[in-house]
Amino acid sequence: MNNQQHAKQKRNDWFLFCWRHRITFRRKEMKIFCFLFPVILFKTFASVEKQVVSAFLAVDSHGKGNPDAVKALSMLDELDQKSILPLLTAMNQANPIGDNWIRGAINQILKSSKSQPFPSSEIKDFIQNKENIGSSRKSAFELLQDFRPKLASSMVPKLMNDPEPSLRREAVARLLKQASTALSDSETKKLYTRALTEARDAEQIKQASNALKEMGQEINLVALMGFLTKWELIGPFDNKERAGFGKTYGPETTNKESYPGKNGPVQWSTFSTSDSFGMLDINQKFGEIKEVLAYGKTNFYSDKAQKAQFRLGSKNAWKIWVNGELLFARDEYHRGGTRVDQFILDGALRKGKNQIMVKVCQNEQTQHWTKQWEFCLRVTDPSGRAIKQAKKK
Amino acid sequence: MKKIVLSIPFFFFISVHADWLSFRGSNGNGSSDFKIPDTISLNGVKSWSTDLPGRGLSSPVVVKDSIFLTASSGSSQKVLHILAFNSENGRLKWERKFKATGRTVCHDKTCVAASTLASDGQVLIAQFSSNDVICLDLSGNLKWVRGLAFDHPNIANGLGMSSSPVIAAGTAIIQVENDADSFSFGLDLGLGTTKWKKERPRGANWTSPITLRSKGRELVALQSKQGLIALEPETGQRLWSFEDGASTIPSSAWTEQGILLIPSNGMTALKLDSNMEDFQQIWADNKLKPGTGSPCSRDGKLYVINSANVLTCASVKTGEIKWRLRLQGPISGSPILTEEKLVVFSESGLGQVVKLDTEEPKVIQTIDLEDTILCTPAMTKDALVVRSDQKLWKLSN
Repeated sequence: MNNQQHAKQKRNDWFLFCWRHRITFRRKEMKIFCFLFPVILFKTFASVEKQVVSAFLAVDSHGKGNPDAVKALSMLDELDQKSILPLLTAMNQANPIGDNWIRGAINQILKSSKSQPFPSSEIKDFIQNKENIGSSRKSAFELLQDFRPKLASSMVPKLMNDPEPSLRREAVARLLKQASTALSDSETKKLYTRALTEARDAEQIKQASNALKEMGQEINLVALMGFLTKWELIGPFDNKERAGFGKTYGPETTNKESYPGKNGPVQWSTFSTSDSFGMLDINQKFGEIKEVLAYGKTNFYSDKAQKAQFRLGSKNAWKIWVNGELLFARDEYHRGGTRVDQFILDGALRKGKNQIMVKVCQNEQTQHWTKQWEFCLRVTDPSGRAIKQAKKK
Repeated sequence: MKKIVLSIPFFFFISVHADWLSFRGSNGNGSSDFKIPDTISLNGVKSWSTDLPGRGLSSPVVVKDSIFLTASSGSSQKVLHILAFNSENGRLKWERKFKATGRTVCHDKTCVAASTLASDGQVLIAQFSSNDVICLDLSGNLKWVRGLAFDHPNIANGLGMSSSPVIAAGTAIIQVENDADSFSFGLDLGLGTTKWKKERPRGANWTSPITLRSKGRELVALQSKQGLIALEPETGQRLWSFEDGASTIPSSAWTEQGILLIPSNGMTALKLDSNMEDFQQIWADNKLKPGTGSPCSRDGKLYVINSANVLTCASVKTGEIKWRLRLQGPISGSPILTEEKLVVFSESGLGQVVKLDTEEPKVIQTIDLEDTILCTPAMTKDALVVRSDQKLWKLSN
């Protein structure tokens, strides 16, 4: 073997060595890769999903968290329909704004992964699982209505006793429709009666009670809806140039029998209403006077400490306190009429006596549609069912 | 000659848009270079109508070959819809739904989808009476969301809000002004973060901001019962103000003459300098007081419809009234116009086409949609687009 042949042989040997080792190396590499790929993919997927969820949960008031949420939206291409359920679950912890970000994200995922099977049964299970919060379940139901309307429709009757008012409303709406097309009076009456019992939404209650009234049945809406009709009232206090709304008069800070009013000393006196929707017309007490305000207070007895909704209607400016704490205030006059459940305020009741106080203001406007000085109030649980008062002790 | 030269920058900036991008069109004054068809018909070759999934009196906007619209549905109108339709055939391209996070109580005549979308040709800004603001791209992908009532629970109006947003200098301008908390916001178009927030006069205000354009510069004017202020859109910095009061329902209009028409003391005209740094009031006339609809302007003329349904044409420069024409009302929407014609819909759904290029203006065509129409129509290059609570129509030859 001459030098040239030797060199060639060496090159060939080297080539073969490299080739074999490359193959061996590639095989090994491939084996490792094949083993790790699903793990990496899953981890990447899970990591992206986690980042996306985390960004949407961090969204808060005043646009806080928006930059990260915008980034999260750009990562959605890496997710598929398997992420819909985790995103719906994330809604349980999201505030209402985060909820809307998640809705947008789910839409985008559904659009980009149309070829994948829609997770109908998982979403159905999610809706049925009442450990998920009501608004998330409602979002899931809307998704089902859009993508699997028949399945959503088949679930409606089972939503009748749902703690989430918006889902319950679906079932009651169907019952009301059935009642309106029922063939016999007895069936109509039976269906409307059931609708009235199950309804929590004020409009649905009105619809069922009106139908039953037309059929000659008397309905005690005050008791059914939990309107507070017996109050103590004091006034008038001055509200010239609408300044009284922000002024702290005596009833807001002390518990006396009498205070200086607009035209001299004023005292608490009983005031009640027999209106079907618990409307308290303050003009009846003081006459149609302007630039004034009055306070009403009442006690509500609860058999336990519980979450409650204070559902107030008024076209006047108002404030409401529960057990001395200001729950909400609204400085607006005569923009539309007074409506039942116009303002739904989340709060809480203590066990035993709870004092509720409202401040209702009248402004200077003289048009005929500005003469009302009124309010109505009911106390419900978070589903909208009237909380029955416990006996006074 | 000097006047002509001065008017060029204003004119240039007003004529660049081919789409219908916001309330009262891309110029914000109801005018368009498109042509209103000779005869608009429900049965035209390019006409169509389609059912809508919810209520609304927001106007459609048009970008390229799509028509975009908002609607609200469900219990207490808590479902907010943003819809895209194919302009050619009316087919739904996409629909996005969001949840109202603020108050949705409205007067029966209006609804939660009262504000018209704004677009810059790239994104859509949707504002609802619940004070939810949603930014999508033209394919319906979410860009960002804000819930202004979540930040400020008292920004609501018992009758409903209706101010439409505008986009200027990369900023979405959102007016949420009412008797209780009253603000205007400049939101970053890319992120939805707050660039600026301004305390505004307390008092219900249904007017929309308008964009003033000159020499490549954009300002935004906010109207309220106190008058009107001009701001730098990016910073919210106040440049000047007109403080003689203004309407809280019809909005102002910017004209190609660099004259700002404000529904104040009837109608007031402010002539701005070419940099828009200062103004001079040139006339005011209480005979030009608009009803519910906002004024529109084109080719040196302004048009207002008063509460008695009388359409009045006047000179933008002098306020001199040229003619009057009684229309069939009542009319809630604002008129829109092209070089030759003006169109407005009455509340009962009667579309009225007025020919403008004569000394004797007249209604040359009516079309009855037999539905309640409260919105201002929009235009594509060959048709009118209008909506009711139930339907969206494209009306062509």
